Amino acid sequence: MQHTLVALVENQPGVLQRVANLFSRRGFNIESLTVGHTDTPKRSRMTIVVNAADTQVDQVTKQLYKLINVLKVSDVTTDRTVDRELALIKVNASASTRAEIAQVVDIFRARIVDLARDSLTVEVTGESEKIDSIVGLLRPFGLKEMVRTGRISMTRGSGAIGVNGSA
Amino acid sequence: MKLNGSQILCEALVREGVSVVFGQPGGAIMPFYNFLRDYDLRHILCRHEQGAAHMADGYARATGEVGVAMATSGPGATNMVTGIVTALMDSVPIVCLTGQVPTNMMGGDAFQETDTTGITMPVTKHNYQLMDVRDIARIVKEAFHVARTGRPGPVLIDFPKDIQTAEGEYVEPDGIELPGFKPTLRGNVRQVRQAANLIGQAKKPIILAGHGIILAEAYDELLAFAEKTEIPVITTLLGISGFPDTHRLHFGFPGMHGTYYANMAISECDVMVAVGMRMDDRVTGRLNAFAPYAKIIHIDIDPAELGKNVQATVPIVGDAKEVLGQLLAEVEPKEHPDWLQRLRELRIAHPSLALPESTEKMSTPWILRQLYHATGGEAILVTDVGQAQMWAAQHYFFDRRNTHITSGGLGPMGYALPAAIGVQAGRPNEEVWCVTGDGGFQMTVQEMAVIAEERLPIRIALINNGYLGMVRQWQELFWEKRYMAVEMQNPDFVTLSEAYGIPARVVETTDQVMPTYEWARRIDGPVLIDFRVEREENVWPMVPPGASLQETLEDPAQANEDAITVDEMREMVASGSGGGGV
Repeated sequence: MQHTLVALVENQPGVLQRVANLFSRRGFNIESLTVGHTDTPKRSRMTIVVNAADTQVDQVTKQLYKLINVLKVSDVTTDRTVDRELALIKVNASASTRAEIAQVVDIFRARIVDLARDSLTVEVTGESEKIDSIVGLLRPFGLKEMVRTGRISMTRGSGAIGVNGSA
Repeated sequence: MKLNGSQILCEALVREGVSVVFGQPGGAIMPFYNFLRDYDLRHILCRHEQGAAHMADGYARATGEVGVAMATSGPGATNMVTGIVTALMDSVPIVCLTGQVPTNMMGGDAFQETDTTGITMPVTKHNYQLMDVRDIARIVKEAFHVARTGRPGPVLIDFPKDIQTAEGEYVEPDGIELPGFKPTLRGNVRQVRQAANLIGQAKKPIILAGHGIILAEAYDELLAFAEKTEIPVITTLLGISGFPDTHRLHFGFPGMHGTYYANMAISECDVMVAVGMRMDDRVTGRLNAFAPYAKIIHIDIDPAELGKNVQATVPIVGDAKEVLGQLLAEVEPKEHPDWLQRLRELRIAHPSLALPESTEKMSTPWILRQLYHATGGEAILVTDVGQAQMWAAQHYFFDRRNTHITSGGLGPMGYALPAAIGVQAGRPNEEVWCVTGDGGFQMTVQEMAVIAEERLPIRIALINNGYLGMVRQWQELFWEKRYMAVEMQNPDFVTLSEAYGIPARVVETTDQVMPTYEWARRIDGPVLIDFRVEREENVWPMVPPGASLQETLEDPAQANEDAITVDEMREMVASGSGGGGV
């Protein structure tokens, strides 16, 4: 099944490589991995989406903890979370199809962020399923290019994934 | 005081208590070697950097202190990798220092440049790329701390040439700040109590003790715990010499070439206390048939080992010494006369280690048993990989603590000779024997020069059968005796040894064995004995790859009627019912 892991790591050179190495060495395929600063520049936060059995995730979590620069690992798969992903989609658009595309964009609360003579670029944010849906609807117009950030997750409510209370 | 990077690093090594280092210089580490001269650090010059890493490893295992190996960039660093993985898999604390091209040339494919931290990232506990002279003191302190704390392991520091000469100061780091590295030493009280309850109810308990006993120096606790509860003890290959071999509660070592009765004890026990061991496949045999009746209490300092291969009823994260101490306080004294009687009967019916008093044949088990008698069991044995390793583990009896040194996890042929150098350097007053085969010996034979140069009184028992013996055994048993690439045309090892200035003798008949041991022990300095042994002797017992411990095969010459025969086993392996192990 698909698992979402959140890892807090020290912002040190090589830490991304260490984490990515560990997943491939233990036979995991990473679906997506996003990384960026937390509220302190000393720490980064990774959201890692993997397909694996529960026992495997348990093992990889323990292996992650063995990395000196890894501070905290949480499997948020079954937690109530806010999940977001951002995509930029460049789609073929002629004068005759533009309006139809704009309608789809509207319904998904996406935005058109760039316009050219025969194409336009859509920015959309949401859960991965929502992005899959809009991609499905835009595909018939002809996709020229697409990029997705991969998922980021945060648990709902006042609890926080942190080290000693701070992120 | 103004120092340069090399001096700061030497200063840091001295402050860590380092007295001996193993290595070889080269272009990118020359500044460091220039200043190393000025410090009170004994440098032992390896003849290949794999040797340096194994020497540091042997030193660390023998002394319990962190071993230090150093090499230049590029080939120096890559040559060390085998030794680094050996230390990782067997949890041995070493710090490796590698030279690197200057920082302004890094990434440009300069001469002897390699991505050393990249290559060693998956095979070190942690590694560091030094980029600033101000980080040296802190990083060295961290590196030693990480190497020796929790589950020990190798740490590498990559040291660019310009940082070696950059000016700076030695500033004593105030403490170690590693928020992501806080190993748990003490066992959870509730789990310890649960474990004690299980032990109290057990009718057929065993203790399976691993390398953790030696690493944590938990000898006293293990002995007291086993005696108080009267639980039989089985030590894994790396656990050997963590508990006295000749103690009445000791029943050999388990697994692929373990004793029959150890494997049956595991298969029949109702409670297993597994401590400081990682359920390696060479120990467990086929996993789904491992200890089928046992509730397992698994104690290890590395949480990732708990539940990795075998699910434990009571997993306890902690240091072997601490947790055994806690358990000792918690358990009631007990006796298990029926269970011990059962195991003793098994041992009589299936005497895995029985040998004839004397023999006409140059049988290696017998020769190594004579070594036990010749040394009174007092020596440290450093063993290589393969048949001779297994026979030494079986037929020498280790009653003294930490006297059996071998590589378990990686199994690199050629380990013993350089490791013995590290062992002898760390314990100069001990009698050290290197037990190796003609295959393994030739993988690191160049280190003979180091033994001669340093006048280390290492005694080499070369088990010479002209084959890569263990591979030959597998070809005989599992590949229809179609020998391929296992027979070796060897040099005259006596001439070779003497060329290094190390006296040597050939032994071809059994009546020469004892006198030659005595000759070797009288020599003040290194010595080699070339034992021309039976060429096609097999190691027994044996659990075929992929088979279960219940399917332990015995020496066909000793096995009784209900034993599994080699032919049955061959069929098992061919039909795939063995489960396809390695």
